[in-house]
Amino acid sequence: MLVDFLFELRAKKVPVSTHEWMALMEAMALGLHESSLDGFYHLCRTICVKDIALYDAYDEAFLAYFKDVHADALKLTEALRAWLADPRVLEGLTEEQRQALRELDLEKLRELFEKRLREQKERHDGGNRWIGTGGTSPFGTRGTNPTGMRAGGGGGRSAMAVADERRFKEYRRDIVLDVRQIDMALRGLRRLGREGAQEELDLDETVDKTCKNAGDIDIVFRPPRRNRVKVVLLMDVGGSMDPHAELVSRLFTAASRTGRFAKFRSYYFHNCVYNSVYEDAEFRKGVPVADLLANSDRDEKLVLVGDALMHPAELLDPGGSMYLYTQQRASGIEWLRRLAAHFRSSAWLNPEPERFWPGTTIEVIASVFGMWPLTLDGLAASVRYLVRGGERPKVGEPSKWAKAMGG
Amino acid sequence: MSDADQQFDQFRGTSSYIASEELRHAVNVAVALARPLLVRGEPGTGKTLLAENLARSLGLSLIRWHVKSTTKAKDGLYVYDTVARLHDSRFGGDGHDVRDIARYIKLGPLGEALAAPSRVVLLIDEIDKADIEFPNDLLLELDAMRFRIDETGREVVAAERPVVVITSNNEKELPDAFLRRCVFHYIQFPTRELMTEIVRVHHPDITDRVLDNALEMFFGLRATPKLRKKPSTSELIDWICALRKANVDLSRVSGGIPFLGTLLKTEHDVELVSKRAKA
Repeated sequence: MLVDFLFELRAKKVPVSTHEWMALMEAMALGLHESSLDGFYHLCRTICVKDIALYDAYDEAFLAYFKDVHADALKLTEALRAWLADPRVLEGLTEEQRQALRELDLEKLRELFEKRLREQKERHDGGNRWIGTGGTSPFGTRGTNPTGMRAGGGGGRSAMAVADERRFKEYRRDIVLDVRQIDMALRGLRRLGREGAQEELDLDETVDKTCKNAGDIDIVFRPPRRNRVKVVLLMDVGGSMDPHAELVSRLFTAASRTGRFAKFRSYYFHNCVYNSVYEDAEFRKGVPVADLLANSDRDEKLVLVGDALMHPAELLDPGGSMYLYTQQRASGIEWLRRLAAHFRSSAWLNPEPERFWPGTTIEVIASVFGMWPLTLDGLAASVRYLVRGGERPKVGEPSKWAKAMGG
Repeated sequence: MSDADQQFDQFRGTSSYIASEELRHAVNVAVALARPLLVRGEPGTGKTLLAENLARSLGLSLIRWHVKSTTKAKDGLYVYDTVARLHDSRFGGDGHDVRDIARYIKLGPLGEALAAPSRVVLLIDEIDKADIEFPNDLLLELDAMRFRIDETGREVVAAERPVVVITSNNEKELPDAFLRRCVFHYIQFPTRELMTEIVRVHHPDITDRVLDNALEMFFGLRATPKLRKKPSTSELIDWICALRKANVDLSRVSGGIPFLGTLLKTEHDVELVSKRAKA
């Protein structure tokens, strides 16, 4: 029966291999799950799930698969039957409560419980209806309904309660992003080569030279391996980007770390790139895009960060810049195209959640630059693209904009 | 309790190391299945100490391998000291026979663990510090528990599979092929109850009131939003140590947390906390 659970896990994108599943079977044959659901929950997670980011998906799969098993296992057990039948336990109840108890018989209770369980979508505390903790609903744990039935809880923490709590939600990879994680993602952005001062002992060469030197030791040094990737980072600041400022600054912190890239330059723009980008976020020290292009090797990697959201006119109309003094004949999209044409590999990272992308100017810009969401997964995918090339993700239907884009 | 149970339930923490139920279970699964145990968790939750205490409670000796950014997988097996051999061949090394290559082979920590005559505990500490490919280079050796010294042709085979504990700071994705062979446990930050036990192990004579006050402040501090680095268990223990040395009574302290520097390690965090304290 557990094979289904394996596929449930895999359907939830927990990459469990046959290898691990066999180990789990071996462990269960040894009795390591202590013949309990709780034991199995921990055993299976220990063996099959190797990443805290996947714990939440595991919890989800576990809940989905064992929900019914659990309801069965609870089975409104003999203990509950006895408890309900045993008047001594009920001595503490008021007449009113006894009345309530008589009204709610076991069959009805079970029916109701299963109905609620099906309806209920989330954790619930307090209140008088849903299954949860506290409160006066007949279902749940640590509550006060005299005829209630306990779901989960009890001595220690049951696996269902643990899974139900979904404590590992915050570790999901598609959500979190701190400097350290960005650091790790950016580590993939490298091409190693030997350059610079000779400070590392080259053993093979030393042995070779020494032998040729008739045994007289001749020590050879070489430069250590360094990252040769050069990066130009363009960041959108202000306006609609304000909510994402913290995230962008984390990306900047990680990217600008000394020694990370052979050459790292960063500039700011607002809304869209027009004829200039700026060295400072106050837009005082302008650098014409033409100069930027002239001073950049085509092998440098161009990374843009922005929400790519603006009024279509700001992007598509020549002179559409919201600043009068920058009005030029070329439209925003034209400037972006120039950038994209100069750099052999470029990527656009967008902090806006992907579900808001379709139907906006993001579609248009994504047809010029490969666009990825600014999440750990998106960052990793863009880094892979920058290093190895490949397919750019398709965003919406830029074709509907084709006419406005002049081609 | 049957024999099988006793065999399985080998690790229960030690007098100086309190392990959560889940951690004990994970360790015992790893030992029973003879697979490496990969431990992750926030810094300062006792990942490294786990190996030491596991070795102590199993009565085995511990071999440590602290991985650094420059560590190569092969260094863990053995190092062939060519420079020493060159030197000896040129200048004569105290009458040693330079032709005997084995003299210049030095076993690394993993090599030692495999060559040991009896079972040992091997700690591979902070495996994520090394290059991305590092764990992949260890696959075969960890699987087969044997390796060959190319220079001498000697085959080293483990007499008994060592218990391998691998720690990682959750910094980098480890390769799938490597993960598949491990048993994994993520050390959750201790709950208040567990923390009380842990502190008591380190400071057995602390009074309830002092401990309560300290934990109140500590968990309050951890709950501060936007902290760059939350204080950890080891920092809490250091902090209590400092408080006791200086005879500070927390219930009478006003205006900020004493010895904040033992708990918070970045300017940003210190500033943030002091701002909130004023507000």
